[in-house]
Amino acid sequence: MKERLKELTESTVGKIKAAVDAAALNEIRVAILGKKGELTAILKGMKDVPPEEKPEMGRIVNEAREAIETALKTAGDRIKNIELEKRLKEEVIDVTLPGKKNKKGHRHPNRIALEEVEKIFIGMGYEVVHGPEVEYDYYNFEALNIPADHPAKDEQDTFYINDKIVLRTQTSPVQVRVMEKGKIPIRMIAPGRVFRADEVDATHSPCFHQIEGMVIDEGITFADLKGTLEVFAKKLFGENVALKFRPHHFPFTEPSAEVDVTCFKCGGKGCRMCKGEGWIEILGCGMIHPKVLERCNVDTSKYSGFAFGIGLERIALLKYEIDDMRLLYENDVRFLGQF
Amino acid sequence: MNTSLNWIKSLVPGIENVTDEAYRDAMTLSGTKVECFERLDKNLEKIVTGRIVSVERHPDADKLVVCQVDVGESEPVQIVTGAPNVHPGDSGQSVVVVLDGGRVAGGHDGEAPPENGIKIKKGKLRGVESFGMMCALEELGADKDLFPEDPGDGIYIFPDEQEPGSDALALLGLDDTIFEYEITNNRVDCYSVLGVAREAAATFGKEFIPPQVPETGNGEKASDYVNVEVKDGDLCSRYCARVVKNVNIATSPEWLKRRLRACGIRPINNIVDITNFVMEEYGQPMHAFDYDTIAGKKIIVERAKDGETFVTLDGNERKLDNDILMICDGEKQIGIAGIMGGENSMITDDVKTLVFESATFDGTNIRKSAKRLSMRTDASGKFEKGLDPETALEAINRACALVEELGAGEVVGGVIDIYPEPVSKRRIKWEPESYNKLLGTDIDEETMKGYLKPLEIELDETAGELIIPTFRQDLIRGADIAEEIARFYGYDKIPVTLPVGTSLSGAIGGISFDERVKTTVMETAEGEGFSQILTYSFESPKVFDKLLMPESAPLRKTVVISNPLGEDFSIMRTLPVNGMLTSLATNFNRRAPEAKLYELARVYIPGEDPEKLPDERTQLTLGSYGEGDFFDMKGVLENITDALGMDGKLTFAAPDTDYGREAAGDIHAYPFLHPGRQAVLVYNKAVIGYMGQVHPLVCETYGLSADAYIAVIDINTLQEKEMVSFEEKYTGIANFPAVTRDISLVAAKDVPAAVIEDIIEAEAKGLLEECSLFDLYEGEQIEEGKRSLAYNIRFRSKEKTLSDEDINPLMDAIFAKLEENGFELRK
Repeated sequence: MKERLKELTESTVGKIKAAVDAAALNEIRVAILGKKGELTAILKGMKDVPPEEKPEMGRIVNEAREAIETALKTAGDRIKNIELEKRLKEEVIDVTLPGKKNKKGHRHPNRIALEEVEKIFIGMGYEVVHGPEVEYDYYNFEALNIPADHPAKDEQDTFYINDKIVLRTQTSPVQVRVMEKGKIPIRMIAPGRVFRADEVDATHSPCFHQIEGMVIDEGITFADLKGTLEVFAKKLFGENVALKFRPHHFPFTEPSAEVDVTCFKCGGKGCRMCKGEGWIEILGCGMIHPKVLERCNVDTSKYSGFAFGIGLERIALLKYEIDDMRLLYENDVRFLGQF
Repeated sequence: MNTSLNWIKSLVPGIENVTDEAYRDAMTLSGTKVECFERLDKNLEKIVTGRIVSVERHPDADKLVVCQVDVGESEPVQIVTGAPNVHPGDSGQSVVVVLDGGRVAGGHDGEAPPENGIKIKKGKLRGVESFGMMCALEELGADKDLFPEDPGDGIYIFPDEQEPGSDALALLGLDDTIFEYEITNNRVDCYSVLGVAREAAATFGKEFIPPQVPETGNGEKASDYVNVEVKDGDLCSRYCARVVKNVNIATSPEWLKRRLRACGIRPINNIVDITNFVMEEYGQPMHAFDYDTIAGKKIIVERAKDGETFVTLDGNERKLDNDILMICDGEKQIGIAGIMGGENSMITDDVKTLVFESATFDGTNIRKSAKRLSMRTDASGKFEKGLDPETALEAINRACALVEELGAGEVVGGVIDIYPEPVSKRRIKWEPESYNKLLGTDIDEETMKGYLKPLEIELDETAGELIIPTFRQDLIRGADIAEEIARFYGYDKIPVTLPVGTSLSGAIGGISFDERVKTTVMETAEGEGFSQILTYSFESPKVFDKLLMPESAPLRKTVVISNPLGEDFSIMRTLPVNGMLTSLATNFNRRAPEAKLYELARVYIPGEDPEKLPDERTQLTLGSYGEGDFFDMKGVLENITDALGMDGKLTFAAPDTDYGREAAGDIHAYPFLHPGRQAVLVYNKAVIGYMGQVHPLVCETYGLSADAYIAVIDINTLQEKEMVSFEEKYTGIANFPAVTRDISLVAAKDVPAAVIEDIIEAEAKGLLEECSLFDLYEGEQIEEGKRSLAYNIRFRSKEKTLSDEDINPLMDAIFAKLEENGFELRK
C-alpha cells in the first residue's frame, strides 16, 4: 500500500511536471483526484485498513495528496504563465495603424474669437446682453445723438425697413436699451450682428458682427477706459502689444478715440498684415456723451461711463490670419475644419 | 482733405524743420488723422534750372539735337536731346535739368513710374557725349494736367525766364509733401488749409499766422450795381456779394499756381484761380457771375419749382425740384446754389465786370440736392458739412484782396451782406475740475488754458466762461472741452487705471442662462460632428419658391428691406433652411464627400403692425449629407435635448398621420422636406422644431445630388416654455436586479412604433426601465403590408427584487392592450 502510494505519487508528480498545457494537467487531476481517480480509490480503500494502521496510513495518504496538489498548483502556475506569454505574443498589434476617431465638429472662428473676448470681459465683471437686430431708428440713431439729417446716417449706408425701423448698423443701440432699464452700475458687453449696405469683397460684408461694451458708474474716467482696453488687448493679443489712442469723433461719445495695437505679427516693424504701418486699428471708444446719458435719464452729475465697439470679424481675421472675409460666410468644411 | 505741407508751414512759422513723419505722427495724435502722405520729390535728385545757350544739329542723327545749357556753373553742360520742342538755333529757354548722377521719377513712355525712380548718368548718344537730361513733367512725376502751359509733348519750358542753377523743384512746387487727412464730420473747420494750419500750430505749440486781409474797394458802392434778395432764408443763412469791374483776365502768378497744383487743381486764369484758392484756404466755396448777364441787376435766392430744368456750366441740363435752391436774376435762374453755376452767367475771357458770391447754404439741403441731382461737386462737398456763416465774409474779402494784389480788376467798394441772424459765439462754463474728473487726469488750469488759446477759445475770467469761436460749432458742453484738453495734453499721457466703481451689484459678470443654453447646444452639435456656419440674415424672396412653399404659406410674410443691395438680399429670413442648404451645396460642389453643419442664428417673423419690431427667434439648424440618415439626425436631436436637461417626453410626429395629429395637434408637412420622411418635434405637447430628409426636388434645385437631412429647433420656444434645466439631482443607483422580457409582434407598416412604445410605457406602471427595439423585419415570412417588431423590455424596482408575480400581470396587461389595438403577438 505504502509502496503503491509512493509509486503513484512519484509517477504522478513526474507526469504533472511534464504536462504542457492546462488540458493535460486537468486530465491528470481527474485521473488521480477525480471521483474515479486512483488516489480517490485508495482513499476509499482506507475503510479496509486495520484500525491500528489507520493513523499512519492516513498520514501517508494525505502526504501523497498534498504532494500531488502542490505539484498541480506549481505546474498550473507554470502553464498559466506559458499560456499568458503565448497569448501576449499572439496579441501583438501594429501601433502605427491609424487611430479611430469620433469625428468632431468645429466651431466657427468668429464664434471662437467672440468667446475669447467674452471671457476676458466676463472676468472683469461684465454681463453679456443682446438686443434686436431689426431695430427702431430711434435706438440706432436718435438716442445715440445722431439726429435725422446727420451725415452719419448716410455714411453708414443704412438698410431701412420703413421710416421707423432699420437693420441696426451698430451694436450701440443695446447701450441705450440697457441704460433705459435704469439699473446702475452697468458693466456689459453686447455682441451681435449688424448690417451696412456694403458690397461683398475681401474686407466688407453687408452683414457682420460687433461687440459693444459699456460701463456706467460713479467716477468712471477716460483713464479707466484706457486701462480696461489695455487689459483686453493684452489678454487677446499677448502681453507685448502696445496701444495707441488717437482722438476721433463719434456722435455718442465725447471725448472719443480710435485705438490701434502694435501689429502682433511683426511687433510694430511693419509688415503686410499692418500694411507697413506697424499699427492695426481695432476699435472705437470714448466717454459716453452726456446727451446720450441724459436721454436715458442717467444722472450725469453722479454717473459717468465709457463705451467701446469692436469689429468681431476684424479680430477673427487678424487673430487667425484669414486673408479674405468672404471665407467666413462661405462655410467650406475645409475652412471650418481648421479651427 | 489734402493739403500741401509747404502751405501749412507758411502759415505756422517755426515748424519749417519738422519732418514729414514727425508731422504725420503729431497731427494724428492730436486728432487730425493723417491717412498718408506723398513726398513729390522722393525720387528727384540733382535737378536744377537751366537756360539753353545754344542748340545745334546732331552730326549723326536727324531726330537729336546737341544743346549747351547754362546750369549756373562756370561752363555750360552739353546735353543731347530728342525733345520735339527743342530746335536748332533755339536759345534762352529756361528748362529743368537733371545732372549726371541725378535721379528722376519715371520715363515718358507712359509706363507706371518705378518705385525708386530712374538714375541718370552721363553717356554718349550716337557718338556725342551728354551730361544729363532736360526733363519733361512726367519724368518729374508731375501731372501734366496741372500745368496748362506745358506743350504736352516734349520737355517742360518755364513760361518766364529763370535764374540758371536755381532750385527747379521749388519753382515747380515739387519740393513739397502732400498730406491726406481723415477729417471727422464734426470738424467742418478742418476742411480748409487755415483750419488744418490752426491745428498744426496748436499741436506744435507755435503761432498760427493767418493771411492779413487789407480793406479793399474803390469809392463806389456794390449795392449800386446789384441788389440781392434771399427769399428762402431757411436754406441760406448768409449771402455776401461783391463786385469787381475792369476785370483783367490773365494767368496767375507762379506762387498761386503752385498752391492750386498742390491741391490737385488745374490753374485756369486769375479770377477762377482766386475763387479756387480761397475755397481751399478758407473752406468757403465761391462763385463768380458775369455781371453783364445778370438781368435786372438783381440776384434772388429761392427754391426751384418742380419740373423746371436748368443748364449748368458744364453744359448739362438738370432736372430741378422744389427742394433745390437756385440763384436767379431778375428774369431767369443763373446757378444751382452751392452746387454749380449756370452756363448762362459763367465768366468768359471777355468778362468786364463780375459779381463774387460767398454764401452759407444749408448743409443738409445741399447734401440731399447734390445726391438727387447726382452731381457732388467740390463746392457741394464743402457746403454739405454745414459752414460757419462768419467765414463767408472773410473769404469774399480775401478774394477781393487777391484781385487787387494780382491786378485782376478794380474792386468796387462795399459788400452786399444779407445776414439776418448773425451767429453768436457760444459760451461754455469753465470747469477745469470736471474735465480732470472725466479724464482721470490732474492737469492744472494754466496748462489747460494753454491748450485752448491756440484754438482761439477765450476765457472770460469774470464770468467763468469759455467763449467759443463760431467756426467750432462742435464745441457745446464740458465733455467737448475735456476732449480739446485731452487732445493736446496727449491721449497717451492720460493714466491707465481700471474702473473701481461703487459696487459690483447689478454688474456681476458670468454666463447667463440663455448663453449657457446656446453653448450647450453648440458643444453637443460639435460632439456629434457638426461644424458651425454663418449665413446672411437676408435673402431673396425667391427662396420660398425654391423651397416649394405654397403662395399662402404664412412664412412668406417677411420683413422687407426698402433699399436692399439687390433682390438676393432683400428680405429678412423667416426660416433658416436656405442658408443651410446653400452651404451644404457649396461643399457638395467643391467635392466634399460629406458635410455636417449647424448654425445658431435668428429668423425674423413680422407681426401685424409694420411699425413694431419683428419677433426675432434664435434657431438651431442642423444639416448634413454624405453620411448618416434620418435616424442619425434624430439621434443627434435626442442628444441635444438630453444635454439641455429636457427629461420630458420628446415625440417625433409625422405630419398627416393620426399619431402625429394626436401628438402635435394640427400640423402640416414642410414642403421642402420629403413627405414621408419628416417629423415635427414635440416636447411635452409643444412643437419645438422639425426635421427630415430634404425633398429630392429641393436638393435638385440647390444642386445637391445626395440625400441631405435638415433639422431645426426653435431655441426661443425652449426658453419661453422653460423646457431647459441644468439642475441635476442624484437619484441613486438601482440596488435590485432588473427583469427583462422580450416580445415580438406584427403590425401594419403604417402603425408607428411609438404607439407600441407608448402602450408598453403606460402599462408598465412605473416599473419600466427601458424598452428597446432590437429587431425590425419585413419580408418573406410576414404578410404583405405588415412588419414584425421585437422589443426588449426591462423592468426594475427601486424597492425590491421583482418576481414573476410582479411582472406577469404587467406583461398580461401589455399583451392585452396590444391585442386590443390590433397587434398580432408572436409569443
